[in-house]
Amino acid sequence: MKKMMLATAVLALTAGASLAQDVVRIGTEGAYEPYNYIDQATGELTGYEIELGNELCKRAELKCEFVQNAWDSIIPNLQSGNYDLIMAGMSITDERDQVIDFTQNYIPPASSAYVALSADVNVGEGAVVAAQTGTIQAGYVAESGATLLEFATPDETVAAVRNGEADAVFADKDYLAPIAADSNGELVVLANEVQLGGGVGIGLRETDTELKDKLNVAIQSMKDDGTLNTMIKKWFGEEAQTF
Amino acid sequence: MAMSCLETIQAYGLRSLGYGERLLPRDDFTLCQHFTLIGSGLIWNVYFGVLALLFGFFLANALALAKAAHSPWLRKPAEWFIFVFRGSPLFIQFFLAYELLVLLPKAGINVLGITIDTSWTTRAWAGALFVLFLNTAAYSAEIFHGALKSVPKGDVEAADAYGITGWSRFRRILWPTMLRLGWPAYTNEAIFLFHATTLVFFSGFPAFQQRGDALYYANYFADKTFNPFIPYPIVGFYFICLTLLLIWVFGLINRRLNRHLPSNLRGRIRLRPQLIR
Amino acid sequence: MFEYCADPSQLSGLTWLSCYLTTGTHFNFYRSFVTVLMLLAVTAPVALAFGFGGAMAARSHVTPLSLLGRGYIAAVRGVPDIVYFLFFVIALDQGIEWTKHLFVCDDLSQPVWNGTEFRVCPAAKVPLATSSAIWHSAYAFALAVFTFALVFGAFAANVLYGAMQAVPKAQLETAEAYGMTPRQVFRRILVPQMWVYALPGLSNLWLILIKATPLLFLLGIQDIVYWARELGSAKTSGNNPYPHGDWRVFYFLALLVFYLAFTRVSEIVLARLTRRLSHGQATLGGEQLRKAGA
Repeated sequence: MKKMMLATAVLALTAGASLAQDVVRIGTEGAYEPYNYIDQATGELTGYEIELGNELCKRAELKCEFVQNAWDSIIPNLQSGNYDLIMAGMSITDERDQVIDFTQNYIPPASSAYVALSADVNVGEGAVVAAQTGTIQAGYVAESGATLLEFATPDETVAAVRNGEADAVFADKDYLAPIAADSNGELVVLANEVQLGGGVGIGLRETDTELKDKLNVAIQSMKDDGTLNTMIKKWFGEEAQTF
Repeated sequence: MAMSCLETIQAYGLRSLGYGERLLPRDDFTLCQHFTLIGSGLIWNVYFGVLALLFGFFLANALALAKAAHSPWLRKPAEWFIFVFRGSPLFIQFFLAYELLVLLPKAGINVLGITIDTSWTTRAWAGALFVLFLNTAAYSAEIFHGALKSVPKGDVEAADAYGITGWSRFRRILWPTMLRLGWPAYTNEAIFLFHATTLVFFSGFPAFQQRGDALYYANYFADKTFNPFIPYPIVGFYFICLTLLLIWVFGLINRRLNRHLPSNLRGRIRLRPQLIR
Repeated sequence: MFEYCADPSQLSGLTWLSCYLTTGTHFNFYRSFVTVLMLLAVTAPVALAFGFGGAMAARSHVTPLSLLGRGYIAAVRGVPDIVYFLFFVIALDQGIEWTKHLFVCDDLSQPVWNGTEFRVCPAAKVPLATSSAIWHSAYAFALAVFTFALVFGAFAANVLYGAMQAVPKAQLETAEAYGMTPRQVFRRILVPQMWVYALPGLSNLWLILIKATPLLFLLGIQDIVYWARELGSAKTSGNNPYPHGDWRVFYFLALLVFYLAFTRVSEIVLARLTRRLSHGQATLGGEQLRKAGA
């Protein structure tokens, strides 16, 4: 019965001795492969950020658990104190930096890419480009002169290209590349990549400076000993950008 | 370069229809911008609500009659139609309709050498309106069917006694009484239909060129300011106004429908949800 | 689940399907049906209680109470439920913690709202940061139930208010003539009589409540729509043992069948209930039953 009540999928990982220590709760979306997603076989949260989050917590000697939250309300719920960190493939942008704080990035400034049905599709003026609502990519398309077609979830944006609703989809290249690779040539990644944002970092409340310092140290230690790069390659492939 | 509120209204008042400033405000969000853009989005809620209600009214009458018919060829399809649309969440209806509409060939359908363009059907203004139209028709049909069944026996007998039969009996006796009896519940249906229009862009159809309804823009602001406590209550405020307006208009019609009754019998419109979404 | 499922890429046809449908994700999906049913089972009586309170307040002779009742009914009914769901839960959560903050925190000098950031002392968190995940889930569930009940309570209040007005005045007057106090009239005559008038409205409300459950994900509950979306979305071959294309349409069709079946069963049960409640009532339905029995 308890299992049934467990509506929120939770991955708990204890680090060190489990005293009656505060649990640091990490909010994630759970729908952005390979950053964070639901493992198809077990039904539990998995992905680069889950593995990284657990490792960082171990190094910072924190007790952490992941909670899933819809992308729409992921920042208001952080500010309301429903969890303490966000690890959801969230790019560091000025807009977000005004209301929340970020640690140093744990993914280098990533390329955003267009995916379309053929390589010579126009994505500028006059084109219809799909993007997920509320992402930096959506903001970019709105300003690029192309017609923005917004969907609530990332898969719908890809589906829109497949069914011809949109000429192209614009999203993180790391998200699109495996989908294109899997499509038997139906979908292609266009050559014009765009650099947006300052990489992906952990989002936290502006007042949580102590937590921020701890995590910054942990991220730095992973950058220094090369484990971060190994982890990036494990999840994003050999060609992925590393530090 | 802060815009005055009047300038904001000029720039964004009709943004939901694609006129005015192309880019939505990106920083320094003001209350005026909130009210203007969300109000602009309300145009779509009114558009969906009014047209779906208008078209749905006719289909609902036909369905109510079909459901009351003796012939199973008329009755069964009407019963199934009403059951399916009343028995499933609108949100799933939107999704399935969208999935079906994108299956139509993009190049258009060739009928007798004339190519009929199909791409517009996946746009919200057409596709979502179509779903809302069918949905409200089903709900209203159930209301009208119930009302038709409760038309007083005496009215019909009196009509027979006067030799009023067939079509003219329906048009002059049954139909007005049915409307009169069903009107309070129909008013509720109208209110709920207007509320349901907020689902169009939220979980159904994609927003095109950032043209959306009131909830879409509220969502945009909540997304940019990370503060849900301002935009959503504004949507709520607009909808309360819209609901009051709707109750007033339907009250006027109700008065007209009941104008022949002695004044002490004229029921004021009672908002008791008989059949609501 | 099964032995032969160890390497799904080697499977095909029905064996593949049997493995696919028994993955952990699918069990989460199946369990979410239970979550939804449980939420409905808990919400319906709570909403009814809210409705009863609202209707009684609206009928009250004390003006402020009556205004409060009417205000509650009008304000909630005037606004689309989805709009409530988008901000009300966060507001409620903050309200609870703020109230607790006033009582348990020692240092009240710091502002609780700092821009859009909400901060109370650790002791005022609900549930406490040290509590296990179960409590967080239970709290989220309780908030969802409360929010649903508040919204649907307003509709129920409206129905019950109408039903209370519909009980024949003569019956109430007769009770008074027998010397019953207003309280006794309310308890012994009005409430038992009103259900038959309220039932059509309440039945509809129940059907509407069933169909509002897809909005649960907005309240932080992983409901059937969430899992249908998650399972149906396209899966690439890299990290997923069962890659497939966009299958959402199949999952949504399954949900459609579920909702239709649930509606049908509810309709049948409610029709029986109406029949039972109509026994001995001074209504057309009651009269028909009397004649049929005679």
